[in-house]
Amino acid sequence: MPVRVQDAGFDFGAEMSAFSENRENVGAVVGFLGLVRDDTGTLEALEIEHYPGMCESAIAAMVEEARARWDLADALVIHRHGRLAVGAQIMMVATAARHRVAAFEAAEFLMDYLKSRAPFWKKEVSRDGDSWVAAKDADEDALSRWQG
Amino acid sequence: MLDIVYFAWVRERIGLPRERVETSAATVLDLVTELRAREPRYEAAFADTSALRVALDQQLAGFDAPLAGVREVAFFPPMTGG
Repeated sequence: MPVRVQDAGFDFGAEMSAFSENRENVGAVVGFLGLVRDDTGTLEALEIEHYPGMCESAIAAMVEEARARWDLADALVIHRHGRLAVGAQIMMVATAARHRVAAFEAAEFLMDYLKSRAPFWKKEVSRDGDSWVAAKDADEDALSRWQG
Repeated sequence: MLDIVYFAWVRERIGLPRERVETSAATVLDLVTELRAREPRYEAAFADTSALRVALDQQLAGFDAPLAGVREVAFFPPMTGG
């Protein structure tokens, strides 16, 4: 159940290949890759601040929660920090399970929790100046479907 | 002694990433009240606690949480990972 929080980039294809290898009782692997998106045409980069230590422990707890809810064989989360240009890879999630529903749902669960419960903060660096990205109500709402 | 760490715009408003404080605050809210009374930059950072989140020894907690036994308190805005 690896969790990696890092400044360096990663090779999504190589990570997915390695994650999928030597599986016996796995019928489904789901991978999600998040990229830096420019909505306004003026964004130059994201600066991602993080809380070292708590990032790893918070994500590990999310992975444990996902394992408790779904029949997962494995999960992988990689999340970058530092300055990331438009188009750069920010993070990835991979899940492996016997069946696809568990793999898809667990990946979505991990994504929803990473958005608003992992201690990262995004600052947009654009030609119009810098601004911290505000948390969205929609991200908080997304958690509600996993609760109760 | 408590280590206090700040992230994102909380860090920018206070102008420090971390500091060590001598306090007898019983709860997070007591600590916030002490910090706000220090200087305008703290008042600016803590003016609206509904816009803030807190972690005690790297676990999310509420503002009513007790500080007994806690070594590190973190204040930050809602998280924006993913």
